[in-house]
Amino acid sequence: MRRLAGMAMAGLAVAVALLGAPPVVMAADTPNPPADLKAFQKFFKDKFPKVKFEDFVNGPYSMDEGLYKQWKEKEEFPPYEFALDLGKELMAKPFKNGKTLADCFPNKGVGVRQDYPYFDTKQGKVITLELAVNQCLEANGEQPYSYVKDEMAGVTAYMAYTSRGKVFDVKIPDDPRALAAYENGKRYFYTRRGQLNFSCATCHVQSPGERIRAEVLAPALGILNAMPIYRSEWSGMGTTSRRFTSCNSQVRGVPLKPQDEEYRDLEYYLSYVSNGLPISGPGARP
Amino acid sequence: MRRSISALAVTLLLGSFVVPAHAASTEADYKAAYAAAESANVEANKLRNQWTTAVSALAAAKKAAEAGDFDKATAEAKMSEQLSKAAIFQTNEQKENWKLMEIR
Repeated sequence: MRRLAGMAMAGLAVAVALLGAPPVVMAADTPNPPADLKAFQKFFKDKFPKVKFEDFVNGPYSMDEGLYKQWKEKEEFPPYEFALDLGKELMAKPFKNGKTLADCFPNKGVGVRQDYPYFDTKQGKVITLELAVNQCLEANGEQPYSYVKDEMAGVTAYMAYTSRGKVFDVKIPDDPRALAAYENGKRYFYTRRGQLNFSCATCHVQSPGERIRAEVLAPALGILNAMPIYRSEWSGMGTTSRRFTSCNSQVRGVPLKPQDEEYRDLEYYLSYVSNGLPISGPGARP
Repeated sequence: MRRSISALAVTLLLGSFVVPAHAASTEADYKAAYAAAESANVEANKLRNQWTTAVSALAAAKKAAEAGDFDKATAEAKMSEQLSKAAIFQTNEQKENWKLMEIR
């Protein structure tokens, strides 16, 4: 009995000592998006001192001189041109109720790409451009587009094209849910997954400029500024959703559904840390 | 005595060619292996980090069982279970370790 009482007292003493101790908080674990942005951009500027800041939006072309020349030639007859025509047509095409896709966006959707994604405090979630397009269609009684290509790629290509040169201006409002979404996106970006045990950062932070088979890896900085893209590998256009899901498959991970929360949050994080870089989409990639 | 030792050695030698290294899998073996693999698959999916190879192995197990090849079906199911378990381990290991890669 005396022994038990002694043990209880010792346990109580330890508990009191722990409660009295100051909480151990790692400074780096406190969310601080502006500090993240600064560190993120500095990392790439230091890693590639010869690359002009605004050139990071050109992905692999900014990393390889030979590819850069090929790309410049390709841009004379860009493979995404047909998508621009489709996008322009769809933006103006009347719905059954007489409204149009353009009516759902500020300035009729022209020159606004740089403001997406944003955190919608009413819906309590990140709204990407692709989600905004489908929300518009559904709100007007229309069928939503596939998130990965075709009409969605066309509409977002047109919106990106009319926003070229405008810099990413993604905001994190003073709302704990927005900060949580940002942090969730960051966690997703750095988390290893799939049988190959790769994170997004494995390729796009640790190895940009390196080759993975025949491809030159793009830096994470500015990687979404060129979306959507025409990829020769796909023989067609693809959206940000297509890029994320195919990246997951390539590392032998089962992709999530396009526009699932993790993907939207990932887009939010990646776009925020690229603030200040110009929209260059639609792009063309090998 | 010498003769009988030689006979035993010959018998064992021949036996090693005739008797397979392990007994053939039965439908019951497959069903048990598949149930374990399916359960691990559900858990990995719940964690939102399943491996494509685990899913493929599970499908291959089912296909082999439908064709009556329970050796292959059991082996594929066991492989799938191990891959799903590795995906679960990876998810748990990365819960905190993702921070090691973060640019600060």
